[in-house]
Amino acid sequence: MTPLVTIRNLDKAFPGVQALRQARFELLPGEVHALMGENGAGKSTLMKILAGIYTKDTGEIRVEGIPVDIPTPRAAQDLGISIIHQELNLMNDLTAAQNIFIGREPRRAFGLFLDEEALNRKASAIFERMHLRLDPRVEVGKLTVAKQQMIEIAKALSFRSKVLIMDEPTAALNNAEIAELFRIIRQLKAEGVGIVYISHKMDELKEISDRVTVMRDGEYVGTMPTASTPVDTIISMMVGRSLTETKTEIRDLPQHEVVLEVRNLRRDPAIRDVSFSLRRGEILGFAGLMGAGRTEVARAIFGADPIDGGEIIVRGRPVKIRSPRDAVRLGIGYLSEDRKRFGLATGMDVATNIAMPCLNRFLSLRTFLRLRAIRETSRSYIRQLRIKTPSETQEVRLLSGGNQQKIVIAKWLARDCEILFFDEPTRGIDVGAKNEIYKLLNTLAAQGRAIVMISSELPEILRMSHRIAVMCEGRLTGELPTEGTTQEDIMRLATQRRSVTVAGAAAAARG
Amino acid sequence: MTTIVEQETPAVIRSHVFSQGTWQKLLAFASLIALMAVFSIASENFLQRDNLIGILQATAVNGVLAVAATFVIITGGIDLSVGTLMTFCAVIAGVVLTYWGLPMPVGIVAAIAAGAVCGSISGTIIAKMKVPPFIATLGMMMLLKGLALVISGTRPIYFNDTPNFPMIAQESLIGTVLPFLPIPNGVLILFVVAIISSIVLTRTALGRYTFALGSNEEAVRLSGVNTDFWKIIVYTVSGAICGIAGLIIASRLNSAQPALGQGYELDAIAAVVIGGTSLSGGRGTILGTIIGALIISVLTNGLRILSVAQEWQTVVTGIIIILAVYADILRRKGQG
Repeated sequence: MTPLVTIRNLDKAFPGVQALRQARFELLPGEVHALMGENGAGKSTLMKILAGIYTKDTGEIRVEGIPVDIPTPRAAQDLGISIIHQELNLMNDLTAAQNIFIGREPRRAFGLFLDEEALNRKASAIFERMHLRLDPRVEVGKLTVAKQQMIEIAKALSFRSKVLIMDEPTAALNNAEIAELFRIIRQLKAEGVGIVYISHKMDELKEISDRVTVMRDGEYVGTMPTASTPVDTIISMMVGRSLTETKTEIRDLPQHEVVLEVRNLRRDPAIRDVSFSLRRGEILGFAGLMGAGRTEVARAIFGADPIDGGEIIVRGRPVKIRSPRDAVRLGIGYLSEDRKRFGLATGMDVATNIAMPCLNRFLSLRTFLRLRAIRETSRSYIRQLRIKTPSETQEVRLLSGGNQQKIVIAKWLARDCEILFFDEPTRGIDVGAKNEIYKLLNTLAAQGRAIVMISSELPEILRMSHRIAVMCEGRLTGELPTEGTTQEDIMRLATQRRSVTVAGAAAAARG
Repeated sequence: MTTIVEQETPAVIRSHVFSQGTWQKLLAFASLIALMAVFSIASENFLQRDNLIGILQATAVNGVLAVAATFVIITGGIDLSVGTLMTFCAVIAGVVLTYWGLPMPVGIVAAIAAGAVCGSISGTIIAKMKVPPFIATLGMMMLLKGLALVISGTRPIYFNDTPNFPMIAQESLIGTVLPFLPIPNGVLILFVVAIISSIVLTRTALGRYTFALGSNEEAVRLSGVNTDFWKIIVYTVSGAICGIAGLIIASRLNSAQPALGQGYELDAIAAVVIGGTSLSGGRGTILGTIIGALIISVLTNGLRILSVAQEWQTVVTGIIIILAVYADILRRKGQG
């Protein structure tokens, strides 16, 4: 059988990162082929190249045995390759049928007017083929995410796609919707369509896929038949790398005072009943896959998003945090994962950024900026945090990612925050700078600050945390001591989905 | 699942189609009726035939400009140059007809073509050079204002050599057929432009891409559509419609007034917004825009009949705009 797609020796570099190194992949007709790997392993990049969204640097792609070039999404469509993105690409104000046939609308005679009836008829025919009961005239923005996904699939089918790439298709679906999706996947499979299925969820892969290919750090690790490969084998292939870094020395923390306690925090549907506590001088690692709800927990506690229920206790006192202002007053700081968007005014200088959250401390007559005080304070932070900048008047955008991150940290230190949430503090930072950030986090903890560190990098979590909380689908699936915990343990909890947890909880209740 | 089944029964489909965006249109329409009711109670002069025709006459220019702006706003853009572009096109007509003495049809074509060319330039600056629409059209607004003054030598150009020119907007074609309904041609043009635009927006590929661009441009691009090209076309069509507005206003004044025009764009945008078109793009209707333009005219006219000072008329219009958009926001919130 000629493979539908064969990818060999594919390289792709983005500025500063080698995203893919000699990547390989093969897809057979009528196969569901799972593509797995940690965040940043290169799965999405590889598939975006196949779908014509990115172009490859070097390497070979064959479609049905013929070498091809895929410069644009249109070229991919012409080859019968469609991708369904994780963040759906639909026009919410248009109807289902209009979305499916955008750019290929059937016309009436003379080609001037659109043939809306033919459009709806053709869409209906595709829905019928999928055994999907859906009105083609319904506005897409009014549908559930699951139905929107079905429309993306219908759109792919309308191109007579032979290859369908699904990037985390079940991320936002409930169990009934997943069952419906799987029914359609099986049907397409029976029709000979090859499906690339990117997902982190082990139970789903076991259920739906025939083979699994694992990637790590942009490289091909291996391809295995799903049915005969144990989950643990797949996880160890994904994690792979050995831990060479030294571990944080774990001091005796239990006698330290609890500064933050969260009880039964809820925010539908992202946060489901999350409880944890944080002591002075502690680094609590928050592990989990992307979209597990870790950022949402931090934002909810910080008052950036409203909560639906739960208690937050700061230094023994129950508090209501309605806005980031309230949080900052209580000494809680949140360092966003997206520094450029939420953390820094990149066009302004270092001193201005550091002084921004506590500007009223630098005012004379409550009006005029005390520029010298601002300069001196920022200089002291530049020294303390070893920020590499020519001076405090340097524009922030000209500094490296690591130094920008330090400036964000300086901002919150200047506000005397005792409880700090670090959301992916080392994302987009090179290795050397990472180590500096780690040192800084340790110093801050040693000074008695309480730190929650959200990270998707397991080695980082294991290296830095005193305790590890693991989240999956908005729930806290476990709390682990760092000592004796392996990446595999965390991964197992991070992929532990509802059904498993319920069974586990039932077992625990019995025991 | 149950909701899907319900949507498939024909009656529900029909009610669904009706409810789409109709709420806002109904609200605007209801406001229009309410305003007219209030004014007709307050003053018996309001419902007089001549006054109503005056209101329509006053709506013609702003209405056509608002239709032009509707296209651009549905793509998620904005066009600040519609007012001065209108003037520029009027001046072009003046140059062709009065300075060069060419026949009237040539002048009409030249004015509309000038509008289309300017629109396509705006569109190219926005689509190809990636200049934000606000800035690009702000620049065009000032550029065209200046050009209109330069070309005309800062003096009005009168259409004395083209005796038929005033006919474009002032005479009444309908009136000659139906003597009891002397609706001026300017208003007739407005309705023809509105109907054609409405058909273009709902029935043609251009219309489909106009909505699609405003809804999710990246998705359109990833679907293999040449988004830059269609964006330029949208601005070109909008420009051509401004050319038509230029002809109406020049015909009504029987002259091209180069100093006129600035400020018209804000009235046009106000009409579009009151009519329920979303400034963030993706949704909107021509019917809504026309109702919006009528609301502004009725308000101006009614307040004048009630001898409210002009300054206060502007204050009221401002409040109406804010209320209209707030009503739209409330509606969206309600939908969740």
